[in-house]
Amino acid sequence: MEMTRVRKRSIHLSKLYSLACFRPTPTDEHAQIGQKGYSRVVYCNEPDCQEQIRLNYRGNYVSTTKYTAVNFIPKSLFEQFRRVANIYFLVAACVSFSPLAPYSAPSLLVPLIVVIGATMAKEGVEDWRRRLQDVEANNRKVEVYDKRSCSFRESKWKNLRVGDLVKVHKDEYFPADILLLSSSYEDGVCYVDTMNLDGETNLKLKHALEVTSSLHDAEMLKEFRAVIKCEDPNEHLYSFVGTLHYDCQQYPLALQQILLRDSKLKNTDYIYGVVIFTGHDTKVMQNATDPPSKRTRIERRMDKIVYVLFSTLILVSFIGSLFFGIETKKDISGANYRRWYLRSDKTTVFYDPRRASLSGFFHFLTGLMLYGYLIPISLYVSIEIVKVLQSIFINQDRAMYDEETDRPAHARTSNLNEELGQVSTILSDKTGTLTCNSMEFVKCSIAGTAYGRGMTEVEIALARKRGERLPEPMPIDDVDSGTSVKGFNFRDERIMNGQWVKEPHSDVIQKFFRVLATCHTAVPEKTESGEIVYEAESPDEAAFVIAAKEVGFQFFVRNQTSIKLHELDLVSGKSVERVYKLLHVLEFSSARKRMSVIVRNPENQLLLLAKGADSVIFERLAKHGRAFEAQTKEHIDRYSEAGLRTLAIAYRELDDDDEYRLWEEEFMKAKTYLTADQDVLVDELADRIERDLILLGATAVEDKLQKGVPDCIDKLAKARIRIWVLTGDKKGTAINIGYACSLLRHGMKQIVITLESPEIEALEKRGDKEATAKASLASVAQQICDGKSQVARELLTGEPPAEFGLIIDGKSLTFALDKSLVNRFMDLAMDCATVICCRSSPKQKALVTRQVKSVTSKTTLAIGDGANDVGMLQEADIGVGISGVEGMQAVMASDFSIGQFRFLERLLLVHGHWCYRRIAMMICYFFYKNITFGFTLFWFEAYASFSGQPAYNDWYMSCYNVFFTSLPVIALGVFDQDVSARLCLKHPLLYQEGVQDILFNWLRILGWMFNGVLSSIIIFFLTTNSITGQAFRRDGQVADYAVLGVTMYTCVVWAVNCQMALSINYFTWIQHLFIWGSIALWYIFLMVYGSLPPTLSTTAYKVLVEACAPSVLYWITTLLVVISTLLPLFSYRAFQIRFRPMEHDRIQILRSEGLEQEHDTAQRLSESPESPETRISSDLISIRIDNLRASPRRKNS
Amino acid sequence: MTDTDQERDRNKETAFYKFTQQTLPACKPVLTPAWVITIFLFTGCIFIPVGLVTLRASRSVVEIVDRYDAECVPESFRIDKVSYVQDDSIPKNCSRFLKVHKYMKAPIYIYYQLDNYYQNHRRYVKSRSDQQLLHGRKYHGTSSCQPVEFNNDHAIVPCGLVAWSLFNDTFKFIRERAELKVNRKNIAWKSDRDHKFGKKVYPYNFQNGTLIGGGKLNPRIPLSDQEDLIVWMRISALPSFRKLYGRIEEDLDVDDVVVVHLMNNYNTYSFSGKKKLVLSTSSWLGGKNDFLGLAYVFVGSSSLILALVFMLLHLRYRRPYGDTIYLPWNRKSLSV
Repeated sequence: MEMTRVRKRSIHLSKLYSLACFRPTPTDEHAQIGQKGYSRVVYCNEPDCQEQIRLNYRGNYVSTTKYTAVNFIPKSLFEQFRRVANIYFLVAACVSFSPLAPYSAPSLLVPLIVVIGATMAKEGVEDWRRRLQDVEANNRKVEVYDKRSCSFRESKWKNLRVGDLVKVHKDEYFPADILLLSSSYEDGVCYVDTMNLDGETNLKLKHALEVTSSLHDAEMLKEFRAVIKCEDPNEHLYSFVGTLHYDCQQYPLALQQILLRDSKLKNTDYIYGVVIFTGHDTKVMQNATDPPSKRTRIERRMDKIVYVLFSTLILVSFIGSLFFGIETKKDISGANYRRWYLRSDKTTVFYDPRRASLSGFFHFLTGLMLYGYLIPISLYVSIEIVKVLQSIFINQDRAMYDEETDRPAHARTSNLNEELGQVSTILSDKTGTLTCNSMEFVKCSIAGTAYGRGMTEVEIALARKRGERLPEPMPIDDVDSGTSVKGFNFRDERIMNGQWVKEPHSDVIQKFFRVLATCHTAVPEKTESGEIVYEAESPDEAAFVIAAKEVGFQFFVRNQTSIKLHELDLVSGKSVERVYKLLHVLEFSSARKRMSVIVRNPENQLLLLAKGADSVIFERLAKHGRAFEAQTKEHIDRYSEAGLRTLAIAYRELDDDDEYRLWEEEFMKAKTYLTADQDVLVDELADRIERDLILLGATAVEDKLQKGVPDCIDKLAKARIRIWVLTGDKKGTAINIGYACSLLRHGMKQIVITLESPEIEALEKRGDKEATAKASLASVAQQICDGKSQVARELLTGEPPAEFGLIIDGKSLTFALDKSLVNRFMDLAMDCATVICCRSSPKQKALVTRQVKSVTSKTTLAIGDGANDVGMLQEADIGVGISGVEGMQAVMASDFSIGQFRFLERLLLVHGHWCYRRIAMMICYFFYKNITFGFTLFWFEAYASFSGQPAYNDWYMSCYNVFFTSLPVIALGVFDQDVSARLCLKHPLLYQEGVQDILFNWLRILGWMFNGVLSSIIIFFLTTNSITGQAFRRDGQVADYAVLGVTMYTCVVWAVNCQMALSINYFTWIQHLFIWGSIALWYIFLMVYGSLPPTLSTTAYKVLVEACAPSVLYWITTLLVVISTLLPLFSYRAFQIRFRPMEHDRIQILRSEGLEQEHDTAQRLSESPESPETRISSDLISIRIDNLRASPRRKNS
Repeated sequence: MTDTDQERDRNKETAFYKFTQQTLPACKPVLTPAWVITIFLFTGCIFIPVGLVTLRASRSVVEIVDRYDAECVPESFRIDKVSYVQDDSIPKNCSRFLKVHKYMKAPIYIYYQLDNYYQNHRRYVKSRSDQQLLHGRKYHGTSSCQPVEFNNDHAIVPCGLVAWSLFNDTFKFIRERAELKVNRKNIAWKSDRDHKFGKKVYPYNFQNGTLIGGGKLNPRIPLSDQEDLIVWMRISALPSFRKLYGRIEEDLDVDDVVVVHLMNNYNTYSFSGKKKLVLSTSSWLGGKNDFLGLAYVFVGSSSLILALVFMLLHLRYRRPYGDTIYLPWNRKSLSV
């Protein structure tokens, strides 16, 4: 990863040093200008001219909203009715105006409108937020040239037009895609920060055409006239084709002259430019595509359940209409009408015994509406509301708030919450995710002596693994009482404070730091306080320059031909300025693994200063330059074992002779050469001069682990989440970091798959690509087989079987992901607790993610922080972005963003587990309550000759889903917790409930449905048998249709709400309020509704006050029915908890017996390390579990 | 900890903080064996007595049920009962002798009971107009009354199938040659009389069609006083139902014989429905129905049995809760 980053920067540097010979050359594409696809014409500085107006290009107004004020209603309605269930309800509502309807139309329409309205309101609010962002962007200010007054005037972004001349100041965003005319630098260069476009933090250099770079003052601009002809708007960020017609001449334009919208001007006071693309024509807007929409496993299963319910609905309606048809047919026998009171002689088609089959068919439609309560209308909207609220809780969690960067966790999409509780594999980036990506210079080896006394975290971890007793671990963060410098953590009294002059090899030390101070591509910048800060692309490089500065070699000025340092003069002991003439930069590339500069020092010596990977540098040493080779090598080994990144430092004195001049000539020629193999040629020439080096020493930079990473990974591993690390680092570093963050543990066996064997390297050298590929494939296949058999052996013999860690490098990965091998490879990988893929490219990361997802068919979570992780984040089921230093690209592509890796533990184990449990329970319960209700209607039908008469008043029914049962479900979905956050973290195994999906498997779902049917049977039969038939009050009155409806409905409301109370075991005042409130609401509703005039309230008129409430039987029946419906579930739960407890039951019981502390101190404890006792006990448990383990992964093999 | 720290902590403890951090004080009941057994026992201990009490109440009710539909048809018409009941020229009187087997304390409620009569059929239920019942002929939107809405182009009041099929058997009760006084007032719900049936709405054009359904109404009495109609128009819940006919306000002694002179007018023969006459006293719980009491006793004893089973199993299989052997992801290994 670092390699790619460095490479990108090197491209710009090559430009930097070859400015003199820079000329954009017309390419083939320029010939196409004016043709299709290349037809854009811009009249610079003349946005008002006729031709420009005729072209009528779009303005700079940008809108990212989904809807507009006009299309909001139709478009969002359309979105709503793409859901099957909603369509069903819409059709039902339409049919309800026909005589088919069992209910009155408004009673069907109102809930639909409420539900659709709520969803639309949610959409509207979200879109409104987007709109506010747009408004903010559209109203930003930019200076636009006004020809009349010959000056720049502030204007809003949205008013910008194609052809406008604009002036952009330092640290401002470009308002549109702009052609760079000139800048505050004389040569017309400017630096651009493109973090918002590609996430890269390094500055990019842009360069104006020579002809325009002299346009500096407003007067000159007045006369500026030019025409740009260029490509049409497109989404390619890395290409641009156009020509500038200026002064009767044509100049080719390339990406070098284009400043893209959403990038930022840096290190340059101001620029002038012409607007080429505006608004939605800009490249960044053309690039904006909707992120892939992700749906969760639970939602997909929920769809299936809805289909099951639809089938049930159809079946039930069919049965109903069958019986209805038979009954209706029987109504006529000869000339006699059986049920004369129905007047079958004078009937419509719906009840016509002579056309019984047709009546039956129409009745089927009626049935579909009548039993529509089986489909929970408010399920989708309730789930959406719940998920939004859940996300708010995630965002609000103080335990996931990063104080350093002031960033809370943020759920960017709310629809993946429950998936967080089902993650079986985490794919993690390393740099910036596990590590801070802040490099610190910690150690160095100069002239065979090791300097640097600090102990890195990795070393501490390693020592701990080996069981060594540590001396009091030194607090690394606060060194030397606050004088710590970012990027520098080197402590050695022999070097610091100018003491190095007293060392035996002080001359080598001097050279060493000179190399560090000059051989780099950083740019110094003076802050207001006079301090110098460095803008470097890779943090490694910044660390070197900072280290040199701290030791006394302060690099403070760079221009195109020289580098200036403040150095300590050995003779006078004073700081003096030294100027190094910069002649050439031999850039870094991943192939070369080294970088060097050729400079002329003040003593007029010609020097080549080099730094690079040890393997590369060592093979290029001169015979007399190997004085410290052995010791340095040993030190390098020791450093990389400690997880440090090492580079060897060397130099060479060049003779200022013809040979060099000849080389220089050739080199310059090669650089201006414009063919494909220019790179190869340049590399070859560089290779020729980077020889006979003299070794100075080596550096060691620590890639600091983020806070709490090892503990977090340990917890996640205990939760049996598989962790894969995909990194661009080399094998050794990756393994070391693996140990440091306890991914690789002591006693774990390593399986290493690599292609670094001599045979393959030999083949590679020969350049026979086909043979190499074939041999590599065979080799990887062999290694995978070996690994597999090793694992198999271990499982048979190991007591207990050891865990495995798989390490594979990028090259081997390419072959392992080949079609023929991928299954075997994934098989092996699934058997390993940890997998580390080193040297992998961003594309490979995404590919691996896809494979893991498809092979395991379980949830994958990718976590990363950089632009190179975007593919992986989008590919995975859940993408988590770390909002760290590497820009916002990863965060923008992610579903959740957190400030630190360690928050992942809480995000998954606590919020993930809760959300999973909540949503799973909520959906099950939803189906339960609707089935209970729907089936009481069906049973009643059986006693109403299936005529389609509902058992209840229309309005009771419409209020069922909306008022009497919705709030408790939402409370369940938002607030329920089986165990507290602290216990979730303490018992990571609990997480497996989600991974194995045991709260939402079909057995459980069907169990709930069965419970629903059972409840409905109990309710219907107990109620009817208890209250109908005889007088139900002392005054001899009998229960009629209205009374039965009210009684049954009362029982349903009580039963479903009490079932809810029974199935959760977490009651705050909210739950109490919602559950008991819902029941109370029913009585209140009944009283209010019953007091309306009888023409409105129909059967409900005074039914509670006059008929039911005074009847003892009514109350006593309610009690009987409610307890009877609860008894089955209660018994099941009681026996299951006692004899087949699930993990959460177990923890709850432990807690209730006082074996677990719960309250409390959760905050404090999570910060301090676990007490020894708890650690031992949890270890014991985990060991026991390991013994009993049924490796679920074996299922896949 | 310093004072400021404590203060900060206290601030953190505020309700809102607890709310957002999801650490609100909560009651977290756990179904421990003790609780399970307690709840089962408790349910049993409540339900069985309640059941016994309701059972007693139900048993205290004295009820005489007499099915008369079959026997009130003269022998000669028994083959074709429908034509008997539809033939107006044949007298429909019939006498029944009811023997009181237990002392019945006034008030004794008289019900007629119909079986297999679908008053809750959708077509039937919908065929009425509440507005017309309240406002009479002034109200015109009576389309819901189909198919009994107009006769000879005149609106029918009360319209609809329900009213049209009004029950019209009548009963007279005689004990020892003296007629028992039957109170037929206040048999309908008060709210119905006051608010659903108009005080100034009189029957009009009722049962004037070619096909006559059930009973006729006295056109001089307003609907709000036509209590038989009001009772009939309260739709029954199930196809087998009782409706209140009146009250006998004298006690009946054991071995009293009540002679019922009835007019067997109403046609239940075409759909083979039964007609019964019911005399019943009432208790605080209402009429006679053992079901509720038995259900209570059944549920109560079930939970006692469950408590017992649970307790036995609990004692038999003692096991610490730390054991994870039955966790789903561990169970598989056991079965392998």
